Amino acid sequence: MLGAYLPILLLVIVAIGFGLVSLVMSSLIGPKKFSVLKMSPYESGCEPVGTGQERFSIKFYLIAMLFILFDIEAVFLYPWAILYKKLGMFGLIEMGIFIVILFVGYIYVWKKGALEWE
Amino acid sequence: MDMITIPAVNFTPILPEIFLSVLAMVLLLINVFIPGDRKAYLGYLSFVGIVAAGVLVAAGWGGHIESFSGSVVLDNFATFFKMIFLVSAGLAVLISDQYMEREGCNHGELYPLILFTVVGMMLMASGTDLMTIFLGLEVMSVALYVLAGFNRKNPKSNEAGLKYFLLGCFSTGFLLYGMALTYGATGTTRIAKIAAVVGQMSLPSANIMLVAGMLLMLTGFAFKIAAAPFHMWTPDVYEGAPTPMTAFMSAGPKAAGFAAALRIFLVALPTLQVEWSQVLWVLAVLTMTVGNITALRQDNIKRMLAYSSIAHAGYALVGFTAGNGTGTAGILFYMLSYAFMNIGAFAIIILVGKKGESNGNVQDFAGFGVKHPVLAVAMSIFLFSLAGMPPTAGFIGKFYLFSGAIQQGYIWLAIIGVLNSAASVYYYLRVMVFMYMKDPTEEFDWMQVTAPMALCVAISVIGSLIPGIIPSLILQFAQQAIKLI
Amino acid sequence: MFDYVWLIPFFPLVGFLINGFFGKKIKNEAVIGAIGTLAIFSSFIVSCLILVEMIGLSPEKRVFEKVVFPWIHSGNFKADMAFLLDPLSCIMIMVVTGVGSLIHLYSIGYMHGEEGFYRFFAYLNLFCMSMLLLVLGSNMLVMFIGWEGVGLCSYLLIGYYFHKKSAGDAAKKAFVMNRVGDFGFLIGLFTLYWWLGSNHNIWTINFTEIKAASHLLPYGGVVTVATLCFFVGATGKSAQIPLFTWLPDAMEGPTPVSALIHAATMVTAGVYMIGRMSFVFIKSPETMMVVACVGAATAIFAATIGTAQNDIKRVLAYSTVSQLGFMFLAMGVGAFTAGIFHLMTHAFFKACLFLGSGSVIHAMHYALHKGHLHDDAQDMRNMGGLKKAMPITFLTFFVSTIAIAGIPGFSGFFSKDEILWMAFANPLHGNLNILLWGTGAIAACFTAFYMFRLVFMTFFGECRINSKVKDHLHESPLVITIPLMVLGFLAVFGGYIGMPKLLGMLPNYFEHWLEPVFELAGEYGATYAHHGAHPSHAVEWALMGGSVVIALIGIAIAFTMYVQNTALPKKFTDTFPTLHRAVYNKWYIDELYDYAFVNPCKALGQFLWKGFDVLVIDGIVNGVAGVVMGCSGVFRYMQSGLIHNYAWSMAFGVVVMLGYYVFK
Repeated sequence: MLGAYLPILLLVIVAIGFGLVSLVMSSLIGPKKFSVLKMSPYESGCEPVGTGQERFSIKFYLIAMLFILFDIEAVFLYPWAILYKKLGMFGLIEMGIFIVILFVGYIYVWKKGALEWE
Repeated sequence: MDMITIPAVNFTPILPEIFLSVLAMVLLLINVFIPGDRKAYLGYLSFVGIVAAGVLVAAGWGGHIESFSGSVVLDNFATFFKMIFLVSAGLAVLISDQYMEREGCNHGELYPLILFTVVGMMLMASGTDLMTIFLGLEVMSVALYVLAGFNRKNPKSNEAGLKYFLLGCFSTGFLLYGMALTYGATGTTRIAKIAAVVGQMSLPSANIMLVAGMLLMLTGFAFKIAAAPFHMWTPDVYEGAPTPMTAFMSAGPKAAGFAAALRIFLVALPTLQVEWSQVLWVLAVLTMTVGNITALRQDNIKRMLAYSSIAHAGYALVGFTAGNGTGTAGILFYMLSYAFMNIGAFAIIILVGKKGESNGNVQDFAGFGVKHPVLAVAMSIFLFSLAGMPPTAGFIGKFYLFSGAIQQGYIWLAIIGVLNSAASVYYYLRVMVFMYMKDPTEEFDWMQVTAPMALCVAISVIGSLIPGIIPSLILQFAQQAIKLI
Repeated sequence: MFDYVWLIPFFPLVGFLINGFFGKKIKNEAVIGAIGTLAIFSSFIVSCLILVEMIGLSPEKRVFEKVVFPWIHSGNFKADMAFLLDPLSCIMIMVVTGVGSLIHLYSIGYMHGEEGFYRFFAYLNLFCMSMLLLVLGSNMLVMFIGWEGVGLCSYLLIGYYFHKKSAGDAAKKAFVMNRVGDFGFLIGLFTLYWWLGSNHNIWTINFTEIKAASHLLPYGGVVTVATLCFFVGATGKSAQIPLFTWLPDAMEGPTPVSALIHAATMVTAGVYMIGRMSFVFIKSPETMMVVACVGAATAIFAATIGTAQNDIKRVLAYSTVSQLGFMFLAMGVGAFTAGIFHLMTHAFFKACLFLGSGSVIHAMHYALHKGHLHDDAQDMRNMGGLKKAMPITFLTFFVSTIAIAGIPGFSGFFSKDEILWMAFANPLHGNLNILLWGTGAIAACFTAFYMFRLVFMTFFGECRINSKVKDHLHESPLVITIPLMVLGFLAVFGGYIGMPKLLGMLPNYFEHWLEPVFELAGEYGATYAHHGAHPSHAVEWALMGGSVVIALIGIAIAFTMYVQNTALPKKFTDTFPTLHRAVYNKWYIDELYDYAFVNPCKALGQFLWKGFDVLVIDGIVNGVAGVVMGCSGVFRYMQSGLIHNYAWSMAFGVVVMLGYYVFK
């Protein structure tokens, strides 16, 4: 019975292994030439301003949390989309209810001002 | 292309849940569109909604409908408990507005959160699948964590919310692990099927995985009902949480914990009764004793009632330990009456209290009987009922719990219970001594009693007196409710 | 109609609730009084209808039990909120609601202008409800609730003038003495319940069921224990030796209270209870003897005290104690019907007497107030000659006095004569009978004496009060005199329903009526009765004549001393100063009790409070709290509010639980 889970285990091993191997390999074989410019934080090509360990607003946290929340909920739409035709009307209504519930939350968040920066 | 066949779903069993969820969401939306000084309307709306839900629930009395392929059921047991939840929520809503206004945290989210809690509790009571019960428990708990920390500006409230959240997560871990082990041992999460599988085992008590699962689930529920030694969070959380929410938490979720635990243990695991009643015996004794003895020395009345609520969970555990008809009917009866008497007592505490959670010590009740005779009489009735004196509901409830234990042969448990109950009289009467026999520290103080507050006190007085005088009024329903499990 | 029996206690309850909660707001005395009176009067109407219906039934069908709602069912123990209707409870509800209605009506006039008028009526209604529960209860628990209820109400009503210290003390005394009695009642109840249950597996406290199982009870033994305990309860409630001292003190309450509670209804609870359980009491010859002796002793003891009191209500109070003694005497000699009969006639004439005395006090009070005098309005030495000023009060009072004195043709004669005859002729107590009869007869003589002394001192002769006050004396209003007239009428004619066979003018309806109730007790009694020579009719005639003569002697002495030669009492007290002082001071019973019980109890209380409470209780509490908080360092650390400790506690619990089952 457990044999059915073997491919997943293998996948996990491969994924972790790939990450580890590439990190280890690059640090082993890559050339190491340090300079001030190279060690400074990467800011999309612009000149870095200040250090990389600055405190940042807690509002990022809120936004990030909301993003993850809605993002994950959105993921649920994919399986439904794939089985859309098989689920038919029932699925449509169920998903409608689901989205309405999300929408209520969204309106609440919006009106509460959680999406506003200032 | 094959259509996936959708199983026929009967929504009747969860109609009240659906209704309350929709109501909660509507309230949430209304909340963000109305100005801050009109939040009381949300309270009125939610009270009306709770009453309406009560009608929906009551309409289901006597029926037996399984739905969602057997993971939710509508039976008298669930209906009775749903009524308890609605009563405690309704009373909590009534006393919330005045308190929240005073403490300056009258956010409209309070009411939707209470309603979500009720939905969660209802699922716990009607769930017949470990997963449904867990789902309900989480819906309830998450909302409760927020409610405990609702008064954001008060550090104590924050502390309460955080503590409740962290420890609650911890206990949920135990519960879920227990459910997982039970699933591992039986191969199903349906309560009825678990019962069938366990029933066929030759010696279920030798199945370590099953016993461990049972014990871990017990731990999870023991946390929710604040049974010692899983009660440590209770005093801190009850003291810190906003008073109406303390009242609510001590009545509703506790009953929900009992509802789910009773269903799981009495329906799914009756063959292990010897084992779980042994554990419950110890828990009951510990809980009663720790609760009462610690309450003796409390001056803060909220903290005192927190310990007293631990003790009351202990009394209910006595009936659970017995596990027979009288004992379980006693639990149902007791939980309902406890909702009335405890929330009533908290309502008076709110009235006596002053802004910033001050004036909450026993000493602050000095001269209360002279200054506010009617409220003092009401408080006396609540205290008498809590102490279990006739002719109040508290007396009848304890009578049935303890006589259930005696019938089952747990004489010593009943004796310890009665002794505890006698000890508890001391700290309840202490409040009355202050109310009636001490002179007030101030000549006169003005007290605002809003209409919802008065309504709550009146309902609570009726609820703590009438079942004491005419127990059969409630008891016959309780007895019918436990027939199905 | 029987199905509506619950209405009888229900109406007064409604009255209590309305007056209790809204009385303060209603304010209008007429409305409050009307609500209170109508409540009890409605019960009276229902009682009448029930009585009529019951009369229409054949005697063996006159038992009806109505379960209002199931009350406590747990295992073997079953107690319903249920009412029992039978000839006995029928008489009791008639008396309670009938006399109660009249007293309510009277109170409207008497309590006029009193502070807390509504409170008074609320209490009265509550009292009536409790009393009705007591007499209607079909099991001992319902009866006990009524039993406690009347105790509580009498506490509230005696202490009605709570600002007066003496009233507060009297209320406390009544409460404590009743409590002593209640304790006995409860022990008796448990004894009976336990014995029937454990020996015959009949777990019941229902009267009908106990009656059905009463043949299982042994003669004597455990029944003696149980019945003696019940009797202790009865002595507390019905003011018998040794628990009688509260009743005279209870006169601190308003006069209607004295009439209702301490004459007509509450104090009869003990008598009723023995009647209700006659089939149990009769099974213990020892208890019967104790009841008879205590009754006779109380009758004469209280009567002697009554002869020397000067407070008009106090005389009546001792007279009540004495008359209750007669009732217990009747119960003790197995003459249950006679006892209940006397209970009823006594309710009529004693209520009339008390209300009459209230009318007198009312008039005196008013007159003294007008004359700006501060004399005692209740002291008979201040009265005299009130006959002319208050004709109706006098007339009703006078006929009631004749009734209580036992003059033929008046109600008291029939019942008292029946009791004395049964004391003489009963088959239970053998040679003791002569003594019982003798004591009763002498007590009857004293009764006639002190009652006529009261009448002569109050209504006859010259008014001894300041002459300028005299003109202010006047008859009481109709609302007071109407109840007096009704009760006076009953005091005269109420006895004709229970005429002795010997006189034979009318059949003894009363005895026939109660026959089904006491039949069984009679059968049990016959099993150990002494079968001596049955006294002949001649003896009965002789005794009847004797008791009349005795009463007349008492009246004659009173007439000589207080009308003809008013110097005689003075001479008498001078000749026997010690005797007079002893009687006047109620044989120093209160002092004796203070010395023997109250002071030691107080000392014990003091000790318990100062010594025991502080050292032991606080010690235990502190100690236990110390154990919880201090001894266990870990535990204390956990209570400090640190969340990881809480988590540890939970984990610890889980580990112990799992560990026990995994490794056991």
